Amino acid sequence: MRGLISLLIFIGLSFSAYAIGVDEMPLKDPAQEARAQGIMKQLRCLVCQNESIVDSGADLAKDLRIIVRERITQGDTDEQVLAFMTSRYGDWVLLKPPFEGATIILWFSPILLLLIGFYIIYRNYSKRKPLGEVAPLTPEEERRLNSLLNEGAEK
Amino acid sequence: MIVEAGHFALILACFLAIIQGTLPLYGAMRNRGRLMALSAPAAYGQFFFVSISFGALIYAFIVSDFSVANVARNSHTLKPMLYKIAAAWGNHEGSILFWAFILSFYGAAVAYFGRKLPRTFYVRVLGIQALVGVGFYLFLLLTSNPFERLFPLPMEGNGLNPLLQDPGLAFHPPLLYMGYVGLSVTFSFAVGALIEGRVDAAWARWVRPWTLLAWCFLTSGITLGSWWAYYELGWGGWWFWDPVENASFMPWLVATGLLHSAIVVEKRDTLKAWTILLAIIAFSFSLLGTFIVRSGVLTSVHAFATDPERGVFILLFLFIVIGGSLLLFALRADKLQPGGLFAPISRESMLVVNNLLLSVAALVVLFGTLYPLLRDALTGDKITVGPPFFNLAFGFLMIPLLLVMGLGPSTNWKRADLIGLTSRLKFVFAAAVVASLAHFYIAGGGDMMAAVWLGLGLWVFLSTFYEWAERVKLFKSDAMKRILRQPRASVGMSLGHLGMGIVVIGMAGSAFWGTEDQSIMTYGDSQEIGGYEVRFNSTDGVSGPNYSAVRASFDVRKNGREITTLEPEARTYFAPPMPTTEAAIYSTFMGDLFVVIGEANNKAYDQWAVRLYYKPLQIWLWGGVAIMVIGGLISLSDRRFRLGAVTRRQKDE
Amino acid sequence: MNKFIPLAIFCAIAIALYVGLSLNPSNIPSVLINDPVPEFALPAVGGEEGGFSSADLAAEDGVVLVNFFASWCMPCYVEHPFLMELKKRGYKIYGVAYKDKSWDTNGFIKERGNPYYKLAADNKGRVAIDFGVYGVPETYVIKNGIIRYKHAGPIQEMDFEDKVIPIIESVDK
Repeated sequence: MRGLISLLIFIGLSFSAYAIGVDEMPLKDPAQEARAQGIMKQLRCLVCQNESIVDSGADLAKDLRIIVRERITQGDTDEQVLAFMTSRYGDWVLLKPPFEGATIILWFSPILLLLIGFYIIYRNYSKRKPLGEVAPLTPEEERRLNSLLNEGAEK
Repeated sequence: MIVEAGHFALILACFLAIIQGTLPLYGAMRNRGRLMALSAPAAYGQFFFVSISFGALIYAFIVSDFSVANVARNSHTLKPMLYKIAAAWGNHEGSILFWAFILSFYGAAVAYFGRKLPRTFYVRVLGIQALVGVGFYLFLLLTSNPFERLFPLPMEGNGLNPLLQDPGLAFHPPLLYMGYVGLSVTFSFAVGALIEGRVDAAWARWVRPWTLLAWCFLTSGITLGSWWAYYELGWGGWWFWDPVENASFMPWLVATGLLHSAIVVEKRDTLKAWTILLAIIAFSFSLLGTFIVRSGVLTSVHAFATDPERGVFILLFLFIVIGGSLLLFALRADKLQPGGLFAPISRESMLVVNNLLLSVAALVVLFGTLYPLLRDALTGDKITVGPPFFNLAFGFLMIPLLLVMGLGPSTNWKRADLIGLTSRLKFVFAAAVVASLAHFYIAGGGDMMAAVWLGLGLWVFLSTFYEWAERVKLFKSDAMKRILRQPRASVGMSLGHLGMGIVVIGMAGSAFWGTEDQSIMTYGDSQEIGGYEVRFNSTDGVSGPNYSAVRASFDVRKNGREITTLEPEARTYFAPPMPTTEAAIYSTFMGDLFVVIGEANNKAYDQWAVRLYYKPLQIWLWGGVAIMVIGGLISLSDRRFRLGAVTRRQKDE
Repeated sequence: MNKFIPLAIFCAIAIALYVGLSLNPSNIPSVLINDPVPEFALPAVGGEEGGFSSADLAAEDGVVLVNFFASWCMPCYVEHPFLMELKKRGYKIYGVAYKDKSWDTNGFIKERGNPYYKLAADNKGRVAIDFGVYGVPETYVIKNGIIRYKHAGPIQEMDFEDKVIPIIESVDK
């Protein structure tokens, strides 16, 4: 039963024309339209699952696209347009997590994890250097060993 | 009756799996031959019964037996037969049964092909495979029974989401599952090795083909899904970093790392503990993906009807399987003898870097996917982590990976000469840089990242080709003989990397150099895009088996010459009611022309909203992946892998 | 020692997922809680008397509700009886017909009953966006012109007595 209600809610909340809207033509000025596209790519379609308002065919997405274009022609900066949206829908509407506070660790995670990885590799590598009670080779022996190895090394 | 038989067969399969997962393992511990002999028959029997079960479900869909709740929820008499069958695995219960089916299939395959494996190891691998199966059977029987009956009997089904009524999407789950579940084999091998306390080159030679097979399927499945999104959703997007897309991408990343790491174990008998860990993690990501899609913790276009009760069951299952295997790893990994050493610059170290980058990539994707959940749980804030983050983070990691990919195959094992290596490849590198800068200049600027990706793709392509040319001594006499005598695994590697280079170039083209045009057109209007002239002719009302549509007709010309006619549609399905767009695509080697018809602008229905897209090099993306998969399959057919498998004729080669 | 790290990471993830099971990712709380109602003025549903503005809401003494709905929205049918019940209990509900054709809205009201104290039409959906609406139905609980609570989705049997009524009453104090 709960599933049925959820289904109804889903349909109710997103029951909308799924076609290209007519009254949302691109802006005449290509630079402004490019700005609009850039902003739209950053805004989440609220009634879809994980799409931007550019990609979505939902009605609400169309309305938001129209608003973005209007705000640009009225002279808003990119930040102001985004602020317009977040003041109504919260940070959740941004597809790009804000670079502040708790999300900083998210943004830095690639580099952090890489550094941790390098450290682990380095630790494991240097742990393995002393391979037990084998006496170190003399330089003469080293050279012989190298030449033997490189000769037979398979590619 | 057949449906009940299917249900009963499932119960039998579960019993066999329980037996397979316990008695032979005990037998391996105590060296009881008779108990160990139970493994193979149990595996074959399991597969037999699950096949009956799955067959029964498909039968119910074929005859539209709406007394079965699953069929009533997901099918409709008007649906074309292919999609009636595909509906069997397009829903939650059916897809879990499908998982179990493929799991038992792989179990039976390992039982057959692994007959010559050492007895205790063989039995342990099959045992682990069976225990994973038990989890799925119990999940089905206790929480997600596909054979539940409905009373009173509905006259008609609820139909299926029209977006899913598509050939591409009918085959996307089977390919994906063959990939996901294929990783269960490497998992079982890894855990089996931990129990045995031994990993050697023979083990790696065993693991590689199964990993390759799973990898080929996973790559195809993921790409089929992307391709479907590309032509179905109507605006040329093919990857959205949606949680369920990520859930399939993470195992792929780890599986790719595993493929490479297994090579090191096989050739140099080192990196064993790490490879075992990767094998466990790869399958863990598969299971995690299953959880994410069905539990409701994340929102996604793909999510099945969510139910937190099921979520708890799966989570418990995950905890036992993944937690248990990772615990076993922590306790037993030291038993694995450390192997050969290698210099900081060597093929081994390149492969280590490859693994590092792929693993970090998988972790970053995981972190990004789960971050909204973590944030919600910890602070209650609702945050979205979308493509802007993933593109940046993943792109950042891909740059060094692609650079290393070009160097790796040319690097010697054990100890390589960095100076010699870079001097050999410097021309290739220069060529890639020059070509990308030239393109940047010709295209008149634009995004610098486009040039970077183009350069990287070219680098990988050219360096792979260069390595191959050097290996076969392309310009010396008798090159053809050397070419044909190359081991298939090497051919596979070269094709795989070549394909990857092509994919990167295709991605750069389609992502950065595409153009779009959106306008209201009336009959007779023309629009220019991508060097083509597109003329709007007419519209027509059409109907299909379960939809009605507006079909538009466009003529495409280039330099005045007529090329083709494109007929996009805007459909409205009736059960359930839902509008979709069917774009019309004209694909050429250099790019795709995409036409989408939208709403009518006026009551006279002669003015329409039309969107046109031009996507350069789009086909290189799909083609490059196809080359990668072909490379994988060629590698798989390498006779050297069959050494570990049963040799049908005693004399090999 | 560091062989236990993968297990530790997994346990952390498992705990997070377990907690996640009890959360609802698609329930987005309103950011306008405790903010004044956005300024607006909406016309009546075509052909009838009515329409209202944010000033009307601010002028109200006790707690009032603003309900965004539409005749094409199926969950609104589920919610309707509960709105009628709220009206019976003396609460004023200001209704906003979201992107609805006036004859459809009127039909809906005539057939099922009118729970609304005043009714207005938001044909373009702009006012809804100013409220942070992302689907219908949505209901806002307002006191002295300040938004105090938002209920997204239909008010149903399961939350009426247990959630909605207590919240309205607590806001009313």
